[in-house]
Amino acid sequence: MSKRNLTGAEIIWECIAKEGIDVVFGYPGGTILPAYDALDKYRDKIHHVLVRHEQGATHMADGYARASGKVGVAIATSGPGATNMITGMGTAMMDSVPIVCITGQVSSAVIGSDAFQEIDITGAAIPVTKHNYLVLDIKDLAETIKEAFHVARSGRPGPVLVDIPKDIQNQSLDFIYPEREITLPGLVKPQGADELQVKRFIDLIGAAERPIILAGHGIILSGATQAVLDLANLAHIPIGTTLLGIGGVPASHPLVLGMMGMHGETWVNQAIQESDLLIACGMRFDDRVTGKLQTYSPNSKKIHIEIDPSEINKNIHVDLPIHGDLKTVLNQILPLVSKKGNKSWLSKIETWRKDSHEKDIINQETDMLMGAHVVRKIWEGTDGNALVVTDVGQHQMLEAQYYEHEEPRTLLTSGGLGTMGFSLPAGIGASFHEKDREIWVIVGDGSFQMTMTELGTAVQENRNINIAIINNGYLGMVRQWQEMFYEARYVETPILSPDYVKLAAAYGIEAFRVESLGEVIPTMRKAQQQSGPSLIEFVVEQHDMVYPMVPAGADLHEMIERPPNKINDTVDMLNKESNK
Amino acid sequence: MKQTLITLVEDKPGVLNRIASLFRRRNYNIDSLVVGKSETPGVSRMTIMTNEEDQRKRGNIYFNLLNLVNVIAVKDVSNLECVTREFILIKIQSGPDQLNEVKAVVNNHGARIVDLGKETVIIEATEREKEIDALVKALTPFNITEIMRTGKIAMRRGKTHKISSDKINAPAGEINWQPEQIHTYHN
Ligand SMILES: Cc1ncc(C[n+]2csc(CCOP(=O)(O)OP(=O)(O)O)c2C)c(N)n1
Ligand SMILES: [Mg+2]
Repeated sequence: MSKRNLTGAEIIWECIAKEGIDVVFGYPGGTILPAYDALDKYRDKIHHVLVRHEQGATHMADGYARASGKVGVAIATSGPGATNMITGMGTAMMDSVPIVCITGQVSSAVIGSDAFQEIDITGAAIPVTKHNYLVLDIKDLAETIKEAFHVARSGRPGPVLVDIPKDIQNQSLDFIYPEREITLPGLVKPQGADELQVKRFIDLIGAAERPIILAGHGIILSGATQAVLDLANLAHIPIGTTLLGIGGVPASHPLVLGMMGMHGETWVNQAIQESDLLIACGMRFDDRVTGKLQTYSPNSKKIHIEIDPSEINKNIHVDLPIHGDLKTVLNQILPLVSKKGNKSWLSKIETWRKDSHEKDIINQETDMLMGAHVVRKIWEGTDGNALVVTDVGQHQMLEAQYYEHEEPRTLLTSGGLGTMGFSLPAGIGASFHEKDREIWVIVGDGSFQMTMTELGTAVQENRNINIAIINNGYLGMVRQWQEMFYEARYVETPILSPDYVKLAAAYGIEAFRVESLGEVIPTMRKAQQQSGPSLIEFVVEQHDMVYPMVPAGADLHEMIERPPNKINDTVDMLNKESNK
Repeated sequence: MKQTLITLVEDKPGVLNRIASLFRRRNYNIDSLVVGKSETPGVSRMTIMTNEEDQRKRGNIYFNLLNLVNVIAVKDVSNLECVTREFILIKIQSGPDQLNEVKAVVNNHGARIVDLGKETVIIEATEREKEIDALVKALTPFNITEIMRTGKIAMRRGKTHKISSDKINAPAGEINWQPEQIHTYHN
């Protein structure tokens, strides 16, 4: 390729385009202005989405990355623009999402002088990025951006930040794109299992009478769906998923049990506690899935297949650690796995499942509109085929429980950081990848008010997303904790909402309010017909709780279940109390 | 026993900050950290000592260090044959009448006097941590006014091991997580 004289600003866009990225999310400002000026020359290659807040840009990049498996890109100016990205980078960090954040920085000559809008963002971002760079020489710029993309997607993916001073953007040089492959001695290479490990794995499966597969986000990141199902089918091993593992295996598969953990299904947690072999696949034994560590699955041998070696033996002592890419490792194991039945184990789990049937709100008749029923109806009304983005709170857990996902990358949710405000921007970001599947943003009234400013972005970009606000008038999940553990003192959890229908109208968005179960599907149909964004506010029962629940720090099998057939009574009583 | 990690890192700005930040954020306790140029240009060699006793947590520290992009290799040498040294400068402020006593202590401990002022003496020593401690103790009666210790540096005895494969997995039969057994790196 011939040399061309390019500015640093132009090199930024050259490099982004070279990565196969055609959409970026950002917000301009002083120190990133040269890059924005140069963007005009790259309009045919790159679409820029103007967000309303830089946090939104990071969540959009994140949603795009989760939906597509590609790297999402967010851009901001220095100082406040850069600090606004911290939450989004932290969200991506905790959930292993590959994004590259590009920030402008004050000119290199004044770095360190507290210049206008100067923030040491590479310093501030250390705990929330997989790695980050400050570019101090235009000669390093292209290589650095290329390396950033490489680091973001390699091994366990994560966010990477590149901070580029304004003068570097303004300088120019004779440019040739660095085509050579990036080799970084500091990146840990996944290993795969060695012969002994394979043998031990097979022996453990052979000896196990009560095995269970714990399927985490790694299934989706590694593309290991088929391999996990093959293992399960061959040796008749049931599968429990983590929150981020949802969609990694099809919910309708007979061996897929559902979600584990704090708000997981009782029978899954029970199975984990009574198991004699845990096969942990691409997950990290987070406290939200283990409960109390000392009593976690006390009688099981534990196999842990994980691409990040620092996760192995972090929380739980494992008997067979395997550092590697999940799909690669399982494909090593699979040819040697022999057929096996675990009839009595599976039927035992089935009895637990049946036992909890009547404690499940979805099986109860009620004339009130409950969050669980709304989610179930959304599942019905989308044929279980939508890409759902949730926010954080009760509605998030209800989604995980009552929307059954059949395919990877159809549930996007902030698991590790639990970032309220994630869903609307992440849904907008996802919509730039997902053109065929309908997108539903399921969001609480509290969470929506954190980033509803991005409605403007949704309209400006005419995004075809359906927003379902589950309005319970509370920061519901916190209210639930107050009710259970703080003697129902609802301190600062009742929250006022604007008139969402009017708010949407101000943006020119078609919006609806639903107050009864019968209206859910017909209203969804209206929303689905909109070509741009649509919004439905579901006014739901205020005092409902998410069951089952393992209180923080309790044993995993110490689940609080819904009192059987008592939904209306409990809720009525609570309503009366709060009206006093 | 303390954990001793020998670490090769890229000699780039901010690397020390990243390592310090890791230890702080994961609540690991650094006992000492010494960094300097290595045999390879562009690569620094560090000796990091931690107070962690628990084997599993030691493994954690090890792998979190390894995960840092600027960290090229880590070797846990806690249980391996090493030469370990620490360097110390001690200033003593005492009258000339005590000089002979000080000299005797210095000689006994294999230390040296490197500066002899009117009222002050600076003593240097390069020894194992234990001997340095003993030297400090022996000099305590003589009005020590300044101490500068470098922290421990370590080097494995025997031939230099190449970076073999990046073998991280524990042997299948190995129940105990022993990072030093499962990772062969530069010694
Ligand atoms: C940014 C942020 N702040 C605070 C919290 C703590 N928090 C967790 S859930 C929740 C309530 C969410 O309320 P809402 O969005 O209305 O959802 P609901 O639980 O009512 O369904 C809060 C405040 C959080 N997760 N994220
Ligand atoms: Mg709410």
